[in-house]
Order: sequence, then structure tokens, then C-alpha cells
Amino acid sequence: MCGIVGLYLKNPALESQLGALFEPMLEAMTDRGPDSAGFAIYGDEVPDGWVKLTLQATTEDYDFKALVAALEGTLGAALDWFQNASAIVLKIKAGEATVRAALAELAPTIRIMSAGKSIEILKGMGLPKEISERFGLKNMQGSHIIGHTRMATESAVTMEGSHPFSTGADLCLVHNGSLSNHFRLRQELRREGINFDTENDTEVAAGYLAWRLQQGDSLKTALDSSLEALDGFFTFAIGTRNGFAVIRDPIACKPAILAETDDYVAMASEYQALSSLPGIENAKVWEPIPATMYIWERAPA
Amino acid sequence: MKTIDLSNATVRDLNQALHDQVKQLEEREWVVTHPNGAHNLAVGVNEAVSVDIQGHAGYYCAGMNQKASITVHGNVGVGCAENMMSGYVRVKGSASQAAGATAHGGLLVIEGDAGARCGISMKGVDIVVGGSIGHMSCFMGQAGRLVVCGDAGDALGDSLYETRIYVKGTVESLGSDCIAKEMRAEHIEELQALLDRAGFNQKAADFKRYGSARQLYNFKVDNASAY
Repeated sequence: MCGIVGLYLKNPALESQLGALFEPMLEAMTDRGPDSAGFAIYGDEVPDGWVKLTLQATTEDYDFKALVAALEGTLGAALDWFQNASAIVLKIKAGEATVRAALAELAPTIRIMSAGKSIEILKGMGLPKEISERFGLKNMQGSHIIGHTRMATESAVTMEGSHPFSTGADLCLVHNGSLSNHFRLRQELRREGINFDTENDTEVAAGYLAWRLQQGDSLKTALDSSLEALDGFFTFAIGTRNGFAVIRDPIACKPAILAETDDYVAMASEYQALSSLPGIENAKVWEPIPATMYIWERAPA
Repeated sequence: MKTIDLSNATVRDLNQALHDQVKQLEEREWVVTHPNGAHNLAVGVNEAVSVDIQGHAGYYCAGMNQKASITVHGNVGVGCAENMMSGYVRVKGSASQAAGATAHGGLLVIEGDAGARCGISMKGVDIVVGGSIGHMSCFMGQAGRLVVCGDAGDALGDSLYETRIYVKGTVESLGSDCIAKEMRAEHIEELQALLDRAGFNQKAADFKRYGSARQLYNFKVDNASAY
């Protein structure tokens, strides 16, 4: 069992409250996922020519200052960064591949949680409340956010095994369910050049989507083909640069509920997680149909 | 009338108070406020009380109900009125999957839609749905009646025993051993009575009946591929 939650703001006036609105949603799913939690928040876009990465160390006392100095020396590019608990958000005027190559050399133990223009992925082990407090979720701003509370069934409880998983630039995935063909699929995807850090089944789903998107699929085509390629139970929420998508497997054992008002679209595993949202009493509330993709995106800026 | 406000009281407080009515009936009318999607509301009630839940309920609402009349003024999560024995449960909104699962008796009315597996393994309950139902509904239904005023999803009535299914709209597909059957006078009569009891302004003659072809009751090797 796991809990997933997502909040997409239609009304830009609420963007300053995104974290405050989302924190109780994440914490309401503690019963479904008490061992780890995480979220991907979108906002604060970097300009063209820049890339934003979220890096995470295994310990809070990691010397990020030295790492950033070394990176600046190697790449000689303009950059900006700030630390948040065991993670940093790094904005740098360089290509993603160049930064990844430099990081692999300078700091092979550092995990790159996300990369893109807008996305920041923060996650770790502990109760959802501990995670939201660790990273200061309540005060965060942005346009949309998806999150996950984990009760591990398929693989170890680690920071790396917690969700969301990055699936490419500004894309990420959270998953409730379990996949039964992840071992075989991981081998196939490794042959296609997709890297995996864990034995986690969701990472394989993320890797599959990343691969399909690299091959030129649209998000919809990639998700439609995931219905065929992935064997198991899943409700997915997918964060994109401009919005988010929800899809359930055809059997639909794993729950999902959606709510929409003039101000927002919200999704959760259970209605409990939506009950703290303003105006939820009068929201349109419904259960997504199995094997059907729902997507909300604002027009690109 | 007694009101239990779940922004102050716990679900256990509510259920214990309702269970205590079996020992000594002190109050017949109960109102539950601020349910906020909590699970297990009004579960295992075994007395002829009425319970009004004013908002959305979570999983297993009104499960194992006996005798009580329970109304939810909102949506319900998975397994509403599962294993109900008797009494009456009415959902003013929509229900998630497995509504009325394995229920033996009583009447479950859902004014909106019901999700997948509505009435799975039902054993005598009557379920009347104002909207549509999801896939695999009435799977292995053994007794009782399932009435759907809207449409039914894939594999309706798969591996059906003796539940009678009435659908007004379209059926996406029928499950193994489920077939369309003739509407005889006795079916029109029982369906009209059910629609009237549920308070739906519908004509029984507009519905079609589905039931078991009774080919899979006992294992025959020729049918192996149908299971």
C-alpha cells in the first residue's frame, strides 16, 4: 500500500500557498505510507540556457559548498544554489549532460533526484510529517506538486527507493501498486541504455516512460503503451513541466479520486487527503476510469 | 436525535455508541457531522436506528449492517455496505469499487455511479444504482438483485450464480456464463417494486434482464477455457 497525492493550481493567486495547501494532503496519507515520503514541486523556472537540478546526499553534513566550488571551477559557468536539509537545488547555465558528467566525476555518491527547468524532487525515509518538516514544505511556492507516502512491498526502504522518480527533464512519477514484470523489463531497458540505481519496481516504470519519451513518444502515447508493457497493479500520477497526469491500470485495484474546482485540480488515493482543501465541499469529485489518462496542463509560458 | 461530530469524536467513539444501542436502545436517530472521508463509519450496527452521515465517507461505510437505516449525504469509498445482512443504506453521491460486496440482505441504493466490482459475490442483497456501474460488477453473484439505471462496464455478471441483474442502459460486455434473458411479468413486477422502493422514477419495462446461463455451475472439461 502507498498513498499518492497531487495538486495543480488553476488559479495563479494560490501559488504562494501551494506548500501550505499540500502539506496536510501528504500527511493525511500517513496511514497508507509511513516509511518514506517525497514530493516533486514545480515553479521558479530557470531561464533558457540554464538547467535546474536537485541533488541529494546520504548525510546532512555533506560538504555541498566544496562540491559547488569544484563544479564552478570545472565548468566555469554561472550558477546559483541553495541547500535544503540533505539536498541542494542547483541552477546552472550549462547543458544537463555537461553538468551530469561533471557531477559523476566530482561526486559519484551524490544522487541527482531531478533535472529540468522547473522541477525539484525532495524525498527521504521517515513519516510524511518528518519529510515535510525536514524540507520546509509548508512555505514552498509553485504551480503544481505531486507527492507520495510509501509502504514498501517490493524493495528496500531507502531514500533512493522512495518516490517520486525522475523520468526525464521536468518529468516524474509516483506509483501506488506493485509491478510483477519489473525484473525482466529492467534488463531490457538496461540494454537500451537506461540506468537504474535500485531494485525498485517503480523505478522500472519510470525508466520505461523515460525510454519511450526519449524515443519520441508523447506523454499520452508513452502512458498508453505502459498499459501493455507493465504487468501489475498501478495508479500513477505523473508530473510534467506544465501540469500533471493520472492513469490507472485496467483492473484498477488501486484507488484514486479526483477533485476539481475553479481554483485547482487535486488527486489522492483517498478522499481524506482532499478534505482539507478550500472549497472541497462544492468541488466536482469523481473516481478516474480505469486505463484512461487524465491530464491537466497549462499552456506553456 | 444525537449528533456525533467527528472533528471532536473518533470513529471508535461513534461505532461504540452505535453498538451500545443493542444492549440498551437510548436513541433512534443519529447524525454524524464532519466525516471528511473517514473509514469504517457506522460499521457493524445491529439495531434499528437511523444514521445520517453528513458528508463524504471513506472505506467500508455501513459494513456488516443489520437492521439500521444509514444515509450518506456524499460519496463513499471502497466496500460500502459490504456484507450487509439487513437494513437500508442510501448513498446520495457515488460509490467507489466493491459496493455491497458479499452482502446477504437489505437494500443498498446508490443515487450516483458505482465503481468496479459493484455487488461482487453478492449473496441476497438488493442493490439499486441510479447511475452507471464499473467493470466486473456482480462477479460470482449468488443471490439478490442488482438494478442499474445507467450503463454497465466490462464483464458484467462473470461466473454468475442466481443473482438477477437489470440494466436500463448499455452493457459494455457480459462476463463468462452471463446472458440476456427475457423480461417476464414477474420480473417487471419485482423490478418495479425495487425501483419504487429506491425512490427512482423509472419504468421497469425499459430495462433488460441478465442472468446465469448455468453452464459453469459444475466443472465440465469442455468449459475449461471459460473459467
